Amino acid sequence: MTEAPARTLFVNARLVCPASGLDEVGSLLVEGGVIAALGRELRTEGGAEMVDCRGAALAPGLIDLGAFVGEPGAEHRETIATASDAAAAGGVTTIVTRPDTTPPVDAPEIVDYLKRRARDTASVNVYPMAALTKGLAGHEMTEIGLLLEAGAVAFSDGPRSIPNARVMRRTMTYARDFGALVCCHAEDSDLIAGGAMNEGEFATRLGLPGRPKAAEALILERDVRLATLTGCRYHASLITCAESLDIVARAKKAGAAVTCGASIAHLTLNENDVGEYRTFFKLAPPLRSEDDRRALVQGLADGLIDVVVSGHDPQDVETKRRPFAEAEDGAIGLETMLAAGLRLVHSGDVPLGRLLAAMSTRPAALLGLPGGSLAVGAPADLVVVDVDAPWVLDAHRLRSKSKNTPFDGARLQGRVLRTIVAGETVYTYA
Amino acid sequence: MRPEPSPPFVFPHRHLLGVAGLSAFEIEGLLAASEEAVALSRQVEKKRSTLRGRTQINLFFENSTRTQSSFEIAGKRLGADVMNMSVGASSMKKGETVLDTAATLNAMRPDIIVVRHHAAGAVALLAQKVDCSVVNAGDGAHEHPTQALLDALTIKRAKGRIEGLTVAICGDVLHSRVARSNIILLNALGARVRVVAPSTLLPEGVERLGVTAHRTMREGLAGADVVMMLRLQLERMNGSFVPSVKEYFAHFGLDAAKLAYAAPDAVVMHPGPMNRGVEIASEVADGPRSLIRDQVEMGVAVRMAVLEALSRHLPND
Repeated sequence: MTEAPARTLFVNARLVCPASGLDEVGSLLVEGGVIAALGRELRTEGGAEMVDCRGAALAPGLIDLGAFVGEPGAEHRETIATASDAAAAGGVTTIVTRPDTTPPVDAPEIVDYLKRRARDTASVNVYPMAALTKGLAGHEMTEIGLLLEAGAVAFSDGPRSIPNARVMRRTMTYARDFGALVCCHAEDSDLIAGGAMNEGEFATRLGLPGRPKAAEALILERDVRLATLTGCRYHASLITCAESLDIVARAKKAGAAVTCGASIAHLTLNENDVGEYRTFFKLAPPLRSEDDRRALVQGLADGLIDVVVSGHDPQDVETKRRPFAEAEDGAIGLETMLAAGLRLVHSGDVPLGRLLAAMSTRPAALLGLPGGSLAVGAPADLVVVDVDAPWVLDAHRLRSKSKNTPFDGARLQGRVLRTIVAGETVYTYA
Repeated sequence: MRPEPSPPFVFPHRHLLGVAGLSAFEIEGLLAASEEAVALSRQVEKKRSTLRGRTQINLFFENSTRTQSSFEIAGKRLGADVMNMSVGASSMKKGETVLDTAATLNAMRPDIIVVRHHAAGAVALLAQKVDCSVVNAGDGAHEHPTQALLDALTIKRAKGRIEGLTVAICGDVLHSRVARSNIILLNALGARVRVVAPSTLLPEGVERLGVTAHRTMREGLAGADVVMMLRLQLERMNGSFVPSVKEYFAHFGLDAAKLAYAAPDAVVMHPGPMNRGVEIASEVADGPRSLIRDQVEMGVAVRMAVLEALSRHLPND
């Protein structure tokens, strides 16, 4: 190829780099898929495609740690192609996929399959997370070394925790030798059995069995102790309540390699949103009280919460149109995570840089992925977003194959105008 | 100026899905209409033609001979054509959902559907998908509004009032829709409500529903005017929620000795079917202060009043 590498110059942009703290108006040059230069006054010799951002923010593309993409086995709910479209429209340039598929991602061949499917059908970066135990059964560890070599970026048993502490300890001990990141759903499966929503007054009024917060704190406490014991890098995928923040804060203070994440739904919604049995608000772990939500927002503002995720979990409408206790858990979120997250910025609770760091810089660092920064030489995975533009969400216009969003009809502020992956524009708002 | 005649009672809802959301005025209106239905039901000629030509479907996803026959008799006394459908095991096993069943029945153009379902919220879900009126005959651990109404009518007839009475609801409150509906209704009418049970059978945050919670019968029944017992399901008796029938009966079963803690003229109620020797002793269930049979009679009257109130919203052509 003798062709000169593609050059794109983004001008009139509010350059927001959560990694360096940069937040100023300027231009950014992309060349050959990477960030070549940026600054207040940027001149280019020779031809470059010019993109006028008209004052909109230009930031690193989002990295979503743990989205369910339907492949393999649940292609009626989502495919890598549709998830990728949704991600692009939401400013997400990297999806880390959940391993609880059918079959689960517990063998190197399946990691390889996902990588090839992503190469052929996705417009954004897709990195597989692999199972922590074979068949997600919680008994025997997977081939952590081979899975890493195949391309897995983290390990998780999806929406369940490993019930047996000894299995958890051995797996973490083994994972430590590879520097692998172990991501866990912290909820005691026996304690939440049959539970449909947060335990408390609202569940009691609705006559629904509850899931107590203690179920989360219990497993989280155990896991952070095991992280200290084993030295393994441990990430609590979804924490939802004030108690969990205390546990994580203590572990971090003690120097354990512990991090945590929260979903955009838990940061912006609470149990009251369930209303009269609205199943699109049925999540696992469940939406908690407003006090817990406030605590999470504070935890994000303080930097105690490392990662904000979409919690993307597409569900077929039929499995949601059931009595509440019998409906499936989960909500989609790839396309709405940034706009919904900006609610916290507009309300003055979380600075923009902090939100973007939790959605890009921090997950990149945890996963050892490039991206999450506007540094020269970083991949040109970018999002152009008008953080102030108001709009009303219409679920039918979402690109995900499933439409189970808790934000249908919601008034949002913040519109993704353009998404760029490796220098190529993969989405523009029309 | 002549005083305005008091307007006739009009029930302003299309469905009866729960007691929550009903005003005290609406509850009183239904109770007054029920009194008339009691009188009618005691005549030789028990029939009215309010629902003549109307089709009532009793759709029971969960078996209940008593409630179903009560609704059936109520509908027939008002002249409706009543059809009983027990969906129970068969359809559900074939994978048909609540909404499929609703759509199928809706196509048969019923006027009123009476629904019982094992899942909380299922009746409200079904009500969204049909064109007719829906009566909740019990949904999971959520609500059972006609039971609460019939209990209120029974209390009112026995005690002359509800306001100011102390009502102790005893037993498995955790799994009980009867308890939830009664707590809401009795609070709306000004009673003081207590719940009495071991903590394993009390839901989290129950006090927020407007009750005081008590863990012994001695404390919970002290001076109570009404003692309302709840059924304890067989599968919850041995070790899962309480250690044994023996211990449960010893501590929470209503016998004459425990009833003595209550007011001297306290009455005893039970929504049925009873587990004699588990939550209630026969000496009390069949004793002079038991209103358990009255409750069954009031059940038919209340259901007649409810069906009649809803029928005013049915289209006439």
